Amino acid sequence: MDYTAVVLLEIVYMIAFLVLTSAGLAVVFGMMRVINLAHGEFVMIGGYTTIACAKAGLNIYLAMLVISPLVVGLFGLIVERLVVRHLYGRMIDTMLATWGLSLLMVGLVTMIFGNTAVSVPAPIPGYQLGEFQMGGYNLFIIAVATLLVVCLWLVLRFTRLGLVARGAMQSADVASSLGYNPKMVYMWTFTAGAALSGLAGGVLAPLTGLLPSSGAAYIAKAFITVITGGAAVIVGTLSSSVIFGTINQLVSFGSTPVIGEIAMLALAVVLLRLMPQGITGRFFRNSA
Amino acid sequence: MTGGFASAGRMHWGWFISLALLLILLPLGSDTHTPTLLAIWSLFALSLGLMWGYAGILSFGHAAYYGLGAYTYAITAMNTGESTAALILAVLVPGMVAAVVGAMMFYGRISDVYMGVITLVFALILNKFMGATAGEAYRIGSARLGGFNGIPAFPILNVPGDPSTQIYGTGLYYVVVVCLLGCYLIARWVLGSAFGRTLLGIRENEARVELLGYNAPAYKTAIFALTAAMAGLAGSLFANWAEIVTPSLFGLGQSVEVIIWVIAGGIGTLIGPVVGAVLLGMLKLLLGEQTLVDNSLVLGAILILVVLLLPRGLAPSLMAWRARHVVSGAGRSRSGGSRRRRPPPSGDSR
Amino acid sequence: MSEPVVETRDLSMRFGGVLAVNNVNFTLRERELRCLIGPNGAGKSTLFKCLTGQHRVTHANGRIYIRGQDVTGWRPYEIVRLGVGIKTQVPSVMNGLTVWENLWLAARRIHGQHGTRREVERVVDELGLGAIVRREVGELSHGQRQIVELGLVLAQQPWLVLLDEPAAGITGAETERLIELIQRIQEAAAVVVVDHDMHFVRMLGGRVTVMHQGSILMEGDSNQVLNDARVREVYIGSRAK
Repeated sequence: MDYTAVVLLEIVYMIAFLVLTSAGLAVVFGMMRVINLAHGEFVMIGGYTTIACAKAGLNIYLAMLVISPLVVGLFGLIVERLVVRHLYGRMIDTMLATWGLSLLMVGLVTMIFGNTAVSVPAPIPGYQLGEFQMGGYNLFIIAVATLLVVCLWLVLRFTRLGLVARGAMQSADVASSLGYNPKMVYMWTFTAGAALSGLAGGVLAPLTGLLPSSGAAYIAKAFITVITGGAAVIVGTLSSSVIFGTINQLVSFGSTPVIGEIAMLALAVVLLRLMPQGITGRFFRNSA
Repeated sequence: MTGGFASAGRMHWGWFISLALLLILLPLGSDTHTPTLLAIWSLFALSLGLMWGYAGILSFGHAAYYGLGAYTYAITAMNTGESTAALILAVLVPGMVAAVVGAMMFYGRISDVYMGVITLVFALILNKFMGATAGEAYRIGSARLGGFNGIPAFPILNVPGDPSTQIYGTGLYYVVVVCLLGCYLIARWVLGSAFGRTLLGIRENEARVELLGYNAPAYKTAIFALTAAMAGLAGSLFANWAEIVTPSLFGLGQSVEVIIWVIAGGIGTLIGPVVGAVLLGMLKLLLGEQTLVDNSLVLGAILILVVLLLPRGLAPSLMAWRARHVVSGAGRSRSGGSRRRRPPPSGDSR
Repeated sequence: MSEPVVETRDLSMRFGGVLAVNNVNFTLRERELRCLIGPNGAGKSTLFKCLTGQHRVTHANGRIYIRGQDVTGWRPYEIVRLGVGIKTQVPSVMNGLTVWENLWLAARRIHGQHGTRREVERVVDELGLGAIVRREVGELSHGQRQIVELGLVLAQQPWLVLLDEPAAGITGAETERLIELIQRIQEAAAVVVVDHDMHFVRMLGGRVTVMHQGSILMEGDSNQVLNDARVREVYIGSRAK
């Protein structure tokens, strides 16, 4: 019984992890068809920001939930103005430029913080579940991810901002006819995506030692999750996160974490083969 | 974009022979260790450039076949004790695996970004799997897979039939150059053939080519397999240069790096990817030797500048510059196209 | 009476909740010219795409025969290889290649190396494409691209030609040229023209099949059908009463 609870918790945690790390990429890809290969580095910077703030004595929750998103969001805004906005509609060029950006960010962070891992302890202690010692912080991550999905859904579905964003996603003319400058919409969407990545980085910072190269670990899984999810930002990312998270953990429990990851990757291939436009290309077509 | 049959199939003998001579005479004036690596990378980039620039197929995980070639060489060489079979298998195995993967994708009408994910995932699966194969249990014949540490100490190239005469240093350099030049000629020949021309058509409009009676997925699978074999060849040569093979060969970094070389050098030409690989490769190596500025930072900044200022990549930009500033003959002026047109969506996009 | 060139038996095709094609039995004879008309949503494009293989048809949907061969479920390229030329609704040509190169690919499958060149020259002459033969198709006007696409069809020397809205975006003198061309094609091939422009269809002549809500409403000689009250009603709507 306890073991089942542990497994379930781990699965939910994995789903939350995927949702968190993919959200920023999903918003930017789902809304603007932009593939931001620097997404992992945005997450990484969010982590460094939180750790730096925590070491400077600031409240860690403030750092991870407010400061990191703001800082990375600001950084995303600058990037959008300087680089990305010249490349809309040119998917390959965007990929190239954002990959260059990711290299640049890794280099910058290495020069500033050096190449040794930095870390910060998790603010929530572990707890006992039967005979298992659980990480309490994981519950917090699950909570944040859930809140994130709910807020995102509410904003996209029920606010004017969300409507305009969804409209602009369909075509720039829609935004114009609603009286909004599509370029501004794109700019703020990219910024929002960056902020979400920063949030993820901040929240995940206490988990392991952070290195300038940590971004690479996030981008691959996020990319696969988002693309397999399909065009719908929330439902797509959520459905693929659920599927991948479940399989990853179930197989990991049955064998090793590496096999779990391989299973997730193999599943991605199968899913895409069956649904060439992603999950929400086939099901739930008109959802957010 | 240089889209026409003529320009795709035209063999620039003058340039080719000059380049060949340069490459052949290089060892007289310089050490061959780095040039060998650059030539290997060039071959790898050439293979991707052939498939992407002319057939419109972008694989995010081309490194999978590069790595497969390297590992196949190492494992076979360790088991047979000499290199001939190893080299042959290092070309055939990636080709055959690619044929299977490609058929699965192309007959399933998968395209665009989704194909990118599948090809990337395949490379990552190999990367993760090979990374986890530490321990005695993981071996193929007498070759231990070695997990993260990879496989060291396998027999390097030897003269076919004479295992005691090994080929390394300048000898290896010449082998690589011959392979590079040979594959270039093969690529040119393919592009000039009816098969190659059909690929150009598929790049432009796959649905239309199907409506002309061609089995497009078969063509795409064929070029996918051919370029995978070339990448495998490059990988096996790398194995000989580095004298070790590791899972990073299949990794995200390697996959994206080759894409960057091709883009920076110029899609739509055969020389572009080579130029990109050589220049960016040299830059990476040079930067690695100094500690003043972090090399990632410089590379990243250069990439961003290239994209913003030279959107078609280096080679086409140079060619366009040359066409504008040098008095040319009665050639029609090609618009060249912006990168926006490439690669076009294949087939019916929804 | 020769064997039909095209025959569908109880063909039905459903999309989502809509029965786009409803138990259609369509027949076409050798070297016959048939216009397939009907208002938007009548099912003509769907029927067309079933014939070309662009919609995957299974035996559950019905059967399609081309010159007696059961082609149900065949892919477009397999159907084309039988000797069928297809022109789609949206001009589908290879934009980055020249007119010559487009035609070359069309002809090459059937002809060898030298035969291809001759065939391309023949088509260029026949369609009067000489002036633009070295231009990139992407740079041509819509009307010119339509003609090039017809050239692609001709270069394959088909005995069955399926044209989806060949007159779209073409007016005046070019329309007459197109009609002449289609009538010339009919000398060697059976032709199906899908269109909703009644005026164009009237000029073309031949037999007409009218579709409405997925079924064949009426079939007959051009004049007879186009003047029929039921057909007019279907086009204009019941407000015509």
